[in-house]
Order: sequence, then structure tokens, then C-alpha cells
Amino acid sequence: MREVWIVGIGATPVREHWDRSLRDLAWEAMEKALNEAAGLRPQALFVGNMFGPLLSRQAHLATLLADYAGLAGIEAITVEAASASGAAALRQAYLAVASGALDTALVVGVEKMTDKVGTEVEWAMSTLLDADYEAEPGLTPAAQAAWLMQLYRERYDAPEDAFMPFALLAHQHGVGNPYAMFRRAIGEKHYRGASVVSPPLTIFDMAPYADGAAAVFLAARDLLPPQLPQRPVRIAGSAAATDTLALHDRQDPLTFKAARASFARALQQASIAREDVDFFEPFDLFAVYVPLTLEAVGFAAPGTAWKDARHRFGLDGHLPILTLGGQKARGFPGAASGVYQVVEAVWQLRGQAGDNQIPQARRGVVQALGGPASTAFTHVLVAASPDAAT
Amino acid sequence: MELARLWRSKKQRYTLQGEVCPNCQAKIFPPRDVCPVCKEEARTEFTFSGRGRVVAFTTVTQPPHGYEGQAPYVVALIELEEGPRLTAQLTDLGQEEPYIGMPVEMVTRKLRAVEGKRGILVYGYKFRPRLPWR
Repeated sequence: MREVWIVGIGATPVREHWDRSLRDLAWEAMEKALNEAAGLRPQALFVGNMFGPLLSRQAHLATLLADYAGLAGIEAITVEAASASGAAALRQAYLAVASGALDTALVVGVEKMTDKVGTEVEWAMSTLLDADYEAEPGLTPAAQAAWLMQLYRERYDAPEDAFMPFALLAHQHGVGNPYAMFRRAIGEKHYRGASVVSPPLTIFDMAPYADGAAAVFLAARDLLPPQLPQRPVRIAGSAAATDTLALHDRQDPLTFKAARASFARALQQASIAREDVDFFEPFDLFAVYVPLTLEAVGFAAPGTAWKDARHRFGLDGHLPILTLGGQKARGFPGAASGVYQVVEAVWQLRGQAGDNQIPQARRGVVQALGGPASTAFTHVLVAASPDAAT
Repeated sequence: MELARLWRSKKQRYTLQGEVCPNCQAKIFPPRDVCPVCKEEARTEFTFSGRGRVVAFTTVTQPPHGYEGQAPYVVALIELEEGPRLTAQLTDLGQEEPYIGMPVEMVTRKLRAVEGKRGILVYGYKFRPRLPWR
């Protein structure tokens, strides 16, 4: 396997972009990533998207985007793995470059959640569940997350506000992210007064649906141009794992086995230990996913991740998480989320994270989940030492 | 049109028909032909009693398209007495509040109406508080 490096990144602000289309958003992110790649051309385009056909009536998105970007002729495919689609596209591109099949690849995650509104969007979200046995009885991903909150509190005797620190942390960190949808910190009073979606889950226990696109340009080590405008970042580990699709089919719904397995494999591939991780980006589509992930991968003992979480997992804490606002404050642009996480991690590793910069960040781990860890993709990103790119 | 998709799962929705593994005797719902416990082939039909208990529950206030008329409704994670868990709405609650461990039993109810001029009604299982004489 060859070394794979990230040589360019790009993203759009995460918003309700009523005036912009899938192709328009994707191109902005792709163009920014191409501009950083010092003249390298992508041999293939990997698109992460889940709702193009359902919400925008657009299938065959990869060919459309390659064409729109002036890249017609290259190989292009769309990769779907629910809310982890962007990370899945990155992994496919990584595998292609690492194997030697390709020398360069462009990845773009893009989603338009606002081409439909209200119950149509909730319907699209429900297609991520088991259609016959979860969605047909009327379950939604938010209701499923509410079950997890209830089960967690029941088993561990956790208080009503056990999940509050993760929403507060995300919003606090979102202030420093120029692309974030919400850039205001929230207090305990805001959290406690939030409107209920599926009790006990409120709007502050879930990320807001939004539009956006994020892109990453990958190149094999031998191809790194001598004069890159930005420090490259190495993908030192990449791994994916699955669990049952339906939550009701799991022996223990509070054990995110796929999160654990993909995290362990990615770190093993990167030859680093959990203690070597400078920051971690878990997938907070729902706040309850964060403690379940931290506990599954071993950053906290079962039932304890919420305790003193704002100190342990803040920017000055032992393990900073959601360092640029996570899905909660940056916004949840569907399949693009997994690529935004990588873009944000690259900011940290380049030293471009502004007020949210983690000093001497060398190793970051990002993890995207499809559903309640029905699929998990983990990537280990390592900053170049000053002479590594030459 | 979703007619064929719904027709295919009618035995499950109307009668909770699943499977029993001939190798390890695990009861399986919904049917999946590969036993999730021992991974052997499992194609022997098995019909569940419909009795179970509530493991977790919540109320859906922001429903998906097609379920607007029912919201708010209670959706629960239910463990059948034969072992498997499934997802279903709770119904006939009256003044009763659901609780973890609540004994429930399967009933057949209308799940939703598929829109259109010749729209079909989708029937399937919901669960109600278990009646005292059952």
C-alpha cells in the first residue's frame, strides 16, 4: 500500500442555501480543493451523496459533477452509506490511490436537504432505517435516538441532562468556525428550554439539517509537488465496519460495535495508540451518539462519558472533540458531513483552526456514522513534519 | 407504486411470521434465512405469540410523510417473549402511560394510507397493553 496524502481541501459555508443547487455547491468545494493541489489533475471523482434522487430528483450525480467541473472523461462514481456517505467516498478514493490503481483522486461530499421541506425531509431520513421493519411502523432516526437516550439513562442511572455537555461543547466550538451554521454559544438555560422532538430528545439533542459541500484532493506520495501552497496531511489509517442495519436486531443497542471495530483497525493501521490521539471528531448527528462512541472506542468507560465532559472533551481538555462545532453547530449537510469532518481536521493539522486551534495538533481521528453506527468509517490523519513533503 | 413491496411482507405484518433455526433453535423475526446466532441456514417458518414487553419508547411529533395524520404517536422497541426485538407503534393506550417493562400484545391495525386515486390501506402489527385475562 502506498502513502496517501491530502493535498487540497475546500468547503462551502453550511446553510439553508435556497438559491444554490447540488452542482453549484459541489463545484465551489471542488474548485477550492483543486486550487490547492498545485496543478495536479484528478484521475477520478468520488462523490458522497445520499438524497440526490430522493430530494432533488437527481441520480447519476458523479457524472453530472465531473461534467459541470470540466472534468468530463474521468472516472466518476457516487458512493452511498447513509449519513457516512462522504466518509465512504473518501475511503474508496483512499483505497484506489493506496493500491496504486490511481495516482490522484478528488472526493466531494454534497447534500441539498432543503430541496424539500418538513415531512418530506423526515421521510427521506427514514429511508436510512430498515424500510420494511423500522420505517413502515413509523420510526424516525430522531425517535430511535430518543430510545437510546432513554436506555442509556435507565442502564447507567444517568441524569436527565446527561447529554447536555455535548450540545454545549459543540455550540461553544462552532463560534470559531466560519463555515458553521450556528456561531453562538448556548447555555444550560437554552438547552433545558428547547422544544421537544421525540421525548426526551429536543432540538438541542440533534443536528440541524442543512445544505453544503466539502471536498478533499488525494495524491500518492510520489506525486506530491515540491511547492504545495498548503502543508499536506497524511491519511495514516482508514477503516470501515458494519453492524446490524436495524437497531432492534442488536443484542445491546448501547454498544456501538462498528464504531469500536473501525476505530481499532484504523489506529492499528496507523500504528498509534489511543493515548497518541490529539483530537477526535465523533459523529454527533444526535448528541447521544457521542457518549456511545467515546465509550465504544475506549475514551471513556461505559456509562461515564457525560461526567465532567465539558472539561475532559473541551478544547483545553484531555481529548478535544467536536473541535469546530461538530454536526450540531456546523450543521448536518447529510452525506457531506463526513468530508466536512476531514476538512476541519486538516485545518487543525495545518494550524489553520484560528481561535479553535489545538496547540501542536499532530494526530487527529475522524469518525462518520451511517445511522446509529450501523456503519462506521474512521480515518487517522497525521500532520506532515516540516520536511515530509519534500 | 408500493403494492408489491407491501404484499411481500404481509405474513410478517399480519401474523408475525418469522423463522426458527433448526440448528440452534433461535427464534428469528423478521425472517432472514441465515440464523443471526449460529449463522446456519434457517428457513423453518415460526409464528410468534405476539406477546412481549416494552424495552424503550418515545413519541413521534415530527413524522415522516405519510404519517402526518397519526402524529403524535408512540413508537416502541419491543422484546417478544420468544426473544427477538422489533419496532412497533403502541396503540389503545387510553389514559395509560407506557413504561419500560410494560407487557404488551400484538394487534392488527391500519398503519397508513398510501396516497393516490386508487390508494391502498397498509395494515400491520401494533402493540397494545396486554389485556388482564390474556
